[in-house]
Amino acid sequence: MTAVVTRDELFDCREAFARALLEIAEADARVVTVVNDSVGSTKLGALKRRFPDRFINVGIAEQNLVAVGAGLANGGRIPFVCGASPFLTGRGLEQIKVDAAYSNANVKLVGVSSGLAYGELGPTHHSIEDLAWTRAIANLTVVVPADPNETAQAVHAAHAAVGPYFLRTSRMPVPTVHRPDYEFRVGRAALLRDGTDVTIIANGVLVSRAVDAATLLFGDGISARVLNMATLSPIDREAIVDAARSTGAIVTAEEHTVRGGLGGAVAEVVVSEHPVPMRILGVPGVFAPTGSAEFLLDHFGLNAVGIAAAARDLVAGRRR
Amino acid sequence: MAEMRERARTIRARDLRMVFGAGLGHIGGEFSAIDILVTLYFAVLRIDPADPTAPDRDRFVLSKGHSAAALYATLAEAGFFPTAELDAFMAPMSRLNGHPDRNKVPGVETNTGPLGHGLPVAVGMALAARLDGSGRRTFALTGDGELQEGSMWEAAMAAAQFGLDNLVAIVDRNGLQQGDFTERTMRLEPLADKWRAFGWAVREVDGHDIGAMTALLRGVPFEPGRPSCVIAHTHKGQGISFARDRVEWHHHVPTADEFARALAELEASA
Repeated sequence: MTAVVTRDELFDCREAFARALLEIAEADARVVTVVNDSVGSTKLGALKRRFPDRFINVGIAEQNLVAVGAGLANGGRIPFVCGASPFLTGRGLEQIKVDAAYSNANVKLVGVSSGLAYGELGPTHHSIEDLAWTRAIANLTVVVPADPNETAQAVHAAHAAVGPYFLRTSRMPVPTVHRPDYEFRVGRAALLRDGTDVTIIANGVLVSRAVDAATLLFGDGISARVLNMATLSPIDREAIVDAARSTGAIVTAEEHTVRGGLGGAVAEVVVSEHPVPMRILGVPGVFAPTGSAEFLLDHFGLNAVGIAAAARDLVAGRRR
Repeated sequence: MAEMRERARTIRARDLRMVFGAGLGHIGGEFSAIDILVTLYFAVLRIDPADPTAPDRDRFVLSKGHSAAALYATLAEAGFFPTAELDAFMAPMSRLNGHPDRNKVPGVETNTGPLGHGLPVAVGMALAARLDGSGRRTFALTGDGELQEGSMWEAAMAAAQFGLDNLVAIVDRNGLQQGDFTERTMRLEPLADKWRAFGWAVREVDGHDIGAMTALLRGVPFEPGRPSCVIAHTHKGQGISFARDRVEWHHHVPTADEFARALAELEASA
């Protein structure tokens, strides 16, 4: 049980990402940052000033963005290829597949402002398909950190690993959900709260909301386990199977379409290994209406109340 | 030059056998590119087949990845792997896939196949060389139809912006794409002017004149501070009279009779 949701202060995880990348660039001269004009929105101004030679701006050209990263990796460099997630993944997807993943290039892709973060800017700027797209690609590690601590550790883990990596970060202010001594491990879910009646599996922005949902459920006499499934690919099958066996019901929650993201990944394991009832919470296969990120998360029930309602429904169904 | 021409003839014959044997392949664009590949691998590239990952090797990227058989036959001729393995082209579990895989085939630098990928990756390779302070060069061989992909022009802009005079793009200008002439499909001309407008130093050459290409490519960069573009004027199916400039030979697999006649022509040209 490592969950400590601290709301005294909310954090924009881009800051943690930028700080971690600066540390890595200080320590390792092979590290190069590649951006598509998005210096401000990736919060990388300090890095650019500190290492101008190792900061490459390809302009507004996401196919070239990813490809240049793959070429730099061919030369022994460790490129961190950073851009707004909807454009990095949507526009550069074939480059992510071929130049990075299939070529096994040591490229670290960082999608910022993912999910519904761009809120009012609308569905063109929402990145709610990126996890389905990237997790379908072989040989690509996909990580969705939940708070600043985990974000920083995920950046360091990406640097330490050899091979292509997609790190999906948000710009929504989030509370911390992990204790300071939390240790992020690629491919391993983090147990934030144990429970026996139902398991809530979340990633990214939805993790703190899942913890809050478990608190609400506790008040109803329902014991909910909460897992932070920060690594989407390769997914922690063991933790999912154990959740299915031990709690008999699973709710997934993600800032992503319900088609093919975390919910899909968990369901694939559940139906193959230990079928139990599930609810998949996310954006329900629609383009979102106008509204801020916070508004849209509430609109789609992606909050503590919505997650708790889905969990209650599953548990009630079993008790009937 | 006679030795180089003989290598090109040998590689064409092997390519023909590979495609005939596999029942799949892209003879047209392979035969337009083979003289360029021979020029690069036997007169220009600073590479060591015994040490295919040496950090300061020149890089070669086959942006037109569907000419894989020609690349494999060239790599084998250069000594990257045994020529006997060419018989396994596209055979089940062979490492000689229909498009090149760097994780399987020594000498391949990046995986290509979908068009528009190789040149952008080559830009990254050239940037890495400059960051390293290395004199290694990067050469990318592109199709001409491939230049209809927008990503190629993203790369062209970037190479000029970054002043990558250690980068060379060679356009296999055979004038044909899978379905028709390039100019009837999506016009590329004035092609040299386009590259110049994007900031490249451009030269045009007969892409089947190994001597002329050797002289040209040994002289890169053409201008300091600019990437170099060579428009190599070629013929699809060059070397087989009845395949030359014929659109259907983009991926036509020869019949037994065509195979025999093509081989006889190649042997007669020795």
